Amino acid sequence: MAVQTNPADVHQGAGPRGQADGGQERRRTRRLGAAPYLLMLPALAVTALFLGWPLVKNAMLSFQNLNMGQLIQHVTEWNGIQNYKDVLGGEDFWRVTLRTIVFTAANVVLIMVIGTLIGLLLARLGKKMRLTLMLGLVLAWAMPVVAASTVYQWLFAQRFGVVNYVLDKLGWHSMADYAWTGSQLSTFFVVTLLIVWQSIPFVAINLYAATTTIPKELYEAASLDGAGVWKSFTSVTFPFMRPFLYATTFLEVIWVFKSFAQLFTLNEGGPNRLTETLPVYAFVEGVGNQHYGMGAAISLLTILIMLGLTSYYLRIVLKQGEDEL
Amino acid sequence: MKRSLLGRIWPNATAIILFLGLIFPVYWMFSTAFKPTGDIISETPVWFPTNVTLDHFKTAVDAPNFWRMVGNSLTVTVVSVLLSLLIALFASFALARMRFKGRKGMIVIFMLAQMAPWEVMVIAVYMLVRDADMLNSLVPLTLFYMIMVLPFTVLTLRGYVAAVPKELEESAMVDGCSRPQAFVKVILPLLAPGLMATSLFGFITAWNEFPLVLILNKEPGAKTLPLWLSQFQSLFGDDWGATMAASSIFAIPILILFVYLQRKAVSGLTSGAVKG
Repeated sequence: MAVQTNPADVHQGAGPRGQADGGQERRRTRRLGAAPYLLMLPALAVTALFLGWPLVKNAMLSFQNLNMGQLIQHVTEWNGIQNYKDVLGGEDFWRVTLRTIVFTAANVVLIMVIGTLIGLLLARLGKKMRLTLMLGLVLAWAMPVVAASTVYQWLFAQRFGVVNYVLDKLGWHSMADYAWTGSQLSTFFVVTLLIVWQSIPFVAINLYAATTTIPKELYEAASLDGAGVWKSFTSVTFPFMRPFLYATTFLEVIWVFKSFAQLFTLNEGGPNRLTETLPVYAFVEGVGNQHYGMGAAISLLTILIMLGLTSYYLRIVLKQGEDEL
Repeated sequence: MKRSLLGRIWPNATAIILFLGLIFPVYWMFSTAFKPTGDIISETPVWFPTNVTLDHFKTAVDAPNFWRMVGNSLTVTVVSVLLSLLIALFASFALARMRFKGRKGMIVIFMLAQMAPWEVMVIAVYMLVRDADMLNSLVPLTLFYMIMVLPFTVLTLRGYVAAVPKELEESAMVDGCSRPQAFVKVILPLLAPGLMATSLFGFITAWNEFPLVLILNKEPGAKTLPLWLSQFQSLFGDDWGATMAASSIFAIPILILFVYLQRKAVSGLTSGAVKG
């Protein structure tokens, strides 16, 4: 699960600040002088240094012929766009890209649908039951990724794994000794279950929290107009939640797309490299097989693909006015 | 509004099933950690541990360098979160309270920085750290964790600062406080829940981080707990009791912190989202 963060960061809704006291703001701007820039300086400086510089370095490496030999001897061999030719010319990259996109889409759809449903369920429950379910959500959410991956390995262990035992007892006897990490689909199944389990709490709890901010009058008005459960969902709940749904979907796309620890801990992208997604592929090609230049090229392409996937949302954010941000 | 009996039963029944599904992996981790090996490798699972043992925890704790790694993890996590909070306080104050040229651009920079795919940038980071001759050191780890945590710390804190009424600060300034004084005396105390919520998420990120430490710190004494845990199995084979004990030890601090802070954190999330 990586970073759990706040939809507020990318949320497009904004407070009523700004417009009304625009004149006052402008006067203050003049008086502020260099103060805001000085306050921003440390944050911008460390971002440029520790994020900007690796990005530039990454781009430079992607144009170099850098393997174990060059690494040890500290030599720089530029080779132009050869790495990109090799990566884009090969079949592997496109196969992995397609796999990553399908994997991301499947996970995000599951997370958003189940998470939203649980969020709405939370709103319908009584207090005690709600707190109970919340506790379950919070525990799943708080499990560190590597610990959770290890636990799932144990749940789905071929021998003595509890999942195989239960499936066997349910009458599915061929599963008694099933090796979950033995095939592409079953490995992805376990990874998906793990990611969805860890991700739905964020969506559910946020969605629930969002529903509590919907004014009750809206529902009353809707029911006066004769709206049933479904109608009041589509005409009140959904429109109100749309910004939250946008923001959470965007975050989930990023997080799932970047998943590394789950896939790597579970089976290191195996069997036979069949569950490598782009981050794992970049790692295995670059670090594991010691084609550092190639790895850097894959990583740069990965970043571009990710920007492409999220561009729709980024455009919405960028279009917002100065005061709304 | 009256609901039918069925209408009252199904949400509760669903909630109970969901609750059990959600906690089962966590329960299975803890219960396995306390079961004697004979109960773990048995053809019929022992659903409730009856013969409780602490042997597996002993195996985990006695593993080479265990305490060293606990110390490493705590150091990099706490220092990186504190550093990013400090830096973010300045930035979030400027972004929430001041209107200046380039403000929107700066917010966009932090939004993009939040997307930074560290998972695929490991090679570049490795080269930079190697060239600085700082592999197997905690310093680069701490600094990179700080920058991983920083963007959302800035953006979230900005929401919390914005939620503090401007009038409080202004009246303090009327009473003779300078702007920095007003900030420290009036706003900072009101930010406490916000600081806790944001540092919780920062803590989780840094405590969990795996790809960078995997490539940067290979020496046993320089590893952190996630790396140790991911390699624990190869060290102890299929000793699931010990592996689950190790996982529990790694997970417990976060679980406690999260359950303790979640109500504040969640209410913070929403207030940030609504008022931000």
